[in-house]
Amino acid sequence: MVGVVESDGLQRARSQGIESSPGGVDWLLRQDPLPEIVFEATSAAAHTANAARYAEAGIQAVDLTPAQLGPMVCPAVNLEDHIAAPNVSMITCGGQATIPIVAAVSRVCEVAYAEIVASVSSKSAGPGTRANIDEFTDTTSRAVVEVGGARQGKAIIVLNPIEPPMIMRDTVFCAIPAEVDRNAIIDSIQRMVNEVKSYVPGYTLRSEPQFDDPRTGWSGNARVAIFLEVEGNGDYLPRYAGNLDIMTAAATRVGQLMAAAKQAASA
Amino acid sequence: MSRPELRHAIRITDTTLRDGSHAMAHQFTLTQVRDTVRALDDAGIEVIEVSHGDGLGGSSFNYGFSRTHEMELIEAARDTARNARIAVLLVPGIGTVNDLRRAHDAGAEIVRIATHCTEADVSVQHFTVGRELGMETVGFLMMAHRTTPRILAAQARIMVDAGCQCPYVTDSAGALLMEQAKARFEALIEEVGDEAWVGYHGHQNLSLGVANSILAIEAGVRQIDGSLCALGAGSGNSPTEVLAAVFDRMGIKTGVDVPALLDAAEEVVRPYLPRWPKMDRNAIVQGWAGVYSSFLLHAEQAAARYGVPAQDILRRCGELGLVGGQEDMIIDIAVEMATGAACGSCR
Repeated sequence: MVGVVESDGLQRARSQGIESSPGGVDWLLRQDPLPEIVFEATSAAAHTANAARYAEAGIQAVDLTPAQLGPMVCPAVNLEDHIAAPNVSMITCGGQATIPIVAAVSRVCEVAYAEIVASVSSKSAGPGTRANIDEFTDTTSRAVVEVGGARQGKAIIVLNPIEPPMIMRDTVFCAIPAEVDRNAIIDSIQRMVNEVKSYVPGYTLRSEPQFDDPRTGWSGNARVAIFLEVEGNGDYLPRYAGNLDIMTAAATRVGQLMAAAKQAASA
Repeated sequence: MSRPELRHAIRITDTTLRDGSHAMAHQFTLTQVRDTVRALDDAGIEVIEVSHGDGLGGSSFNYGFSRTHEMELIEAARDTARNARIAVLLVPGIGTVNDLRRAHDAGAEIVRIATHCTEADVSVQHFTVGRELGMETVGFLMMAHRTTPRILAAQARIMVDAGCQCPYVTDSAGALLMEQAKARFEALIEEVGDEAWVGYHGHQNLSLGVANSILAIEAGVRQIDGSLCALGAGSGNSPTEVLAAVFDRMGIKTGVDVPALLDAAEEVVRPYLPRWPKMDRNAIVQGWAGVYSSFLLHAEQAAARYGVPAQDILRRCGELGLVGGQEDMIIDIAVEMATGAACGSCR
């Protein structure tokens, strides 16, 4: 574990027997042997500066920043397409929570439009997110299309300061054909929720998917609405910060699958 | 950074074509927009806000799709107004700076950037771009009843430092009682009054929008919002025509022609009202429980869809401390009530 200043996190890592240093990427790249996979949770600017050095050293990078240098991945949806990519982007917290659901619907029927609404506690939204909230909406809406498989996408984020802090909530709205096998959609969503739950234990459906018949303004489409809650593990960050935990959990999953692929390739 | 010159003692911004979009379920037509802008402009209103009710980019499943694209409505407003300038609302997290650039291209000259009252720092990038575009800027501190006057003033400071020329005490829930409103006006004026104007945006849920506007002026607030026929979320906004008449009686110059504004309300807006915004049970609950006014129609729709009382949904929204933008939670609450899950404090 590498930081650029001594920190509580580094000490915690050390106490668990993990080699740690405040020496930054320079320290990391002096190690022998070098790591095969690096997880970077710094800032978009820092990752942009570091990414080329990882690539040069043959280290696969899992990018938890908004830098977006590699393909956007969601482990439950499209990781196998990018398992050997030198750099993958973890999209956004809201993306990790909602894109699996968009994909679960779009593998059953055409999704002309999908919209996600992420509500997070104010305490869990750091200064980086706040300084560039458009990055969240732009990146997530693009991923709803490119990874989720909707033809058009929109993303909304709301910060709520209520105390005690609210647990992360996500809503997914998908425009679906008026005539479609709704049970097949429900089944697909259930399977996807179980898949995500396997690496994000606090990922749950709040209720059955809600179907609405076509209304004025919906271009002839019906709608399915899916309500999700993402509670964190509470390992280090508080439980309400499911938005932070889901990024870590999804990145861990990506790393495990990348490692397994490497082992399979060398076996 | 300088604040704009105001031509009169008080500048009224009319938001019939933005906050009113909520009450219209975002179904404004080009004709309605042109007719309303013409009437407001003729009556001497200097600023007319036009956007989806939830601001630029608000057209969505969550808030309701616009019947006519808001950029077309903004262009139509711009083309119709002879003297008035067109303002747009932008809620960071819903709309983006790209939406703002498009609105500016369509003719908007003023941007009103809105955040929840404690989250002003998400607006910094939008104020920066607004100023780069040469737009006049206003900051909405929404749900202003949800924090203290002191914190509200500190949040106004963040906006002003980011380029906001007029932070507003925005009573989105129509929940501020008179003393509470006054304390917030005074706190903002003390904090930023030397460099920015201060504004007030009221809702009528507890019938206090106009009364609070009077207190605002006494405290030194210079920009006041209203809507013709109160057309706005919840039981609507402080009616522009009432504000104009009251200010005239007080001898305060606004540059507005009261009879012309009364005609605008009666002859232009009233004929297209789906219903006259009023203090009915649901709207009063919003002011009483401190619920974001635009939740009203969504709660009514969910009530009809799931067979649970709208006023109970709204009370639950208040208990959960929902903020503007969380309209999706209304469905979640209705489903929970309909399926008999926990909701201890509802009857």
